[in-house]
Amino acid sequence: MELFVPLAAVAASSLFVLSLMWMSHPSTARRGVRAGEIGMALAIIGALVQHEVVDYNLVIIAMIAGAAAGIPMALLMPMTAIPQRTAISHAFGALAVGLIGAAEYYKHAHSEYGGTFVLWALMFEMLLGFLTCTASVVAFGKLQEIMPTKAIVFSGQRVVNGVVALATLVVAAMLALDPTQTSLFPVFAGLALLFGVLLVIPIGGADMPTVIALLNSYAGLAASAMGFALGNKLLIVAGALDGASGFILAVIMCKAMNRSFANVMFGGFGAVVSGSSGGRVDRVVRSASAEEAAMQLENASSVVVIPGYGMAVAQAQHKVSELYQALTKKGVDVKFAIHPVAGRMPGHMNVLLAEANVPYEQLVELDDINPEIPQADVALIIGANDTINPSARDDPASAIAGMPIIEADRAKSVFVIKRSMNAGFAGIDNPIYYNANTQMLFGDARDMVANIAKELQGGSGLGH
Amino acid sequence: MSAHYADYLFVFILAAFLGFQLIKKVSPLLHSPLMSLTNAIAAVVVVGAIAITGEEGATPLAKTLGFIAVFCATVNLVSGFMITDRMLKMFKRKGS
Repeated sequence: MELFVPLAAVAASSLFVLSLMWMSHPSTARRGVRAGEIGMALAIIGALVQHEVVDYNLVIIAMIAGAAAGIPMALLMPMTAIPQRTAISHAFGALAVGLIGAAEYYKHAHSEYGGTFVLWALMFEMLLGFLTCTASVVAFGKLQEIMPTKAIVFSGQRVVNGVVALATLVVAAMLALDPTQTSLFPVFAGLALLFGVLLVIPIGGADMPTVIALLNSYAGLAASAMGFALGNKLLIVAGALDGASGFILAVIMCKAMNRSFANVMFGGFGAVVSGSSGGRVDRVVRSASAEEAAMQLENASSVVVIPGYGMAVAQAQHKVSELYQALTKKGVDVKFAIHPVAGRMPGHMNVLLAEANVPYEQLVELDDINPEIPQADVALIIGANDTINPSARDDPASAIAGMPIIEADRAKSVFVIKRSMNAGFAGIDNPIYYNANTQMLFGDARDMVANIAKELQGGSGLGH
Repeated sequence: MSAHYADYLFVFILAAFLGFQLIKKVSPLLHSPLMSLTNAIAAVVVVGAIAITGEEGATPLAKTLGFIAVFCATVNLVSGFMITDRMLKMFKRKGS
């Protein structure tokens, strides 16, 4: 029994590593979830049988209540709400870390602990925990559209943020050096919570993939810091894995926008519509009907579909899948081009299309699809805008210059499903709409795709 | 005492490097489920919360904080694993 607790921790760590290893491919990924679950069960059993744990009532009640809340959440959550759920779960995780840190702090609030490693680790853990908690709540609010999704900027914002950050660090250091000043503790917690809010309000909706990934990383690092404070290596390992994962995803997202972390976090991108390049010659936009689009798609031999956040907003993924089935039946090769930052979190489009039964072999990454696009007969753009904007490639003065794009404009012909001619998130005009090989399909993405699919199915697909 | 902390740092660095290597290999198809999976794994902080709540001589304050922490972490780990599996179930090959 003496050995069980440390061995359970070793086994749990190994299973967590295996879990991530098996995530490398869809065919083994579910095994990865099983491994993670078993690892977690071992970790919890290990925690429950420790000598120090004497009172089980509260623990059991809290766990049952947590499961009672978590199970319906997992079963009923619509797939379109996955980004929000991810954000709020970071808030929950970070809150747990912060509260554990607070309880540990009060245990260590004696002068002999002043300046010790444990206290520094605790302060760092709580700082990350509290700020990630409120930052995730704000991200949730933006994704759920309870809050304005645009970047909120005000004059002097940087000064305010800097002062709050500095004050938080100073109070944290004072507490670490002299933990008996318990009256300072609420001040520290309040400042850290406030800093989390300030950190995310200047970030616009389309930058959420990076922010969510970064918050994922912070939540992991906070768990790791807790491992340092409690002397628990399992927490250190699990936190480091989570931290690494979030960090890599955030880097991928930044690269896919050709922007730096600093620019995403502090740039206030998307807050102001960039000055219109007035005096532009009136350019012609060609619009087409669902029938015309259906005819061209039917006669194509290869089609590339480029989905964006607009597809998620219109909940068009099931209709898109119908379109895919109809075209495949007619022998047309249909591929989906997935930009890393399409949607509101990493992998958002893949999950939506998988939910609608599009086989995952058809979902192709940016780097792999671009060389194929010039051979494609039709590129069909559904609710994507900045990720296909050719000015990122062609116009060095563009606000998104250098951002890797899906080169839809190189297809033989291009159809764009769009509500109106409004600019996208970045507020920049998109020259693809005026190209000679582009035709606009104005309307709601779901209705438009449904109409095209209906045309393809023989015009009388009234069964739906 | 300080030897302990060097040990922890050692573990952390190795785990972080391993994490980088593993995550780089994850298919971009699965980035959403990856996030919910790592989120569920990070909910292993429940271990710390259990210790605080059930400890001998825990103060009422520690018990309250620990209770909320156990609740939050459990919500995360239960819903995290389940929703990851729900997402992964949807990824199908052609013709299956």
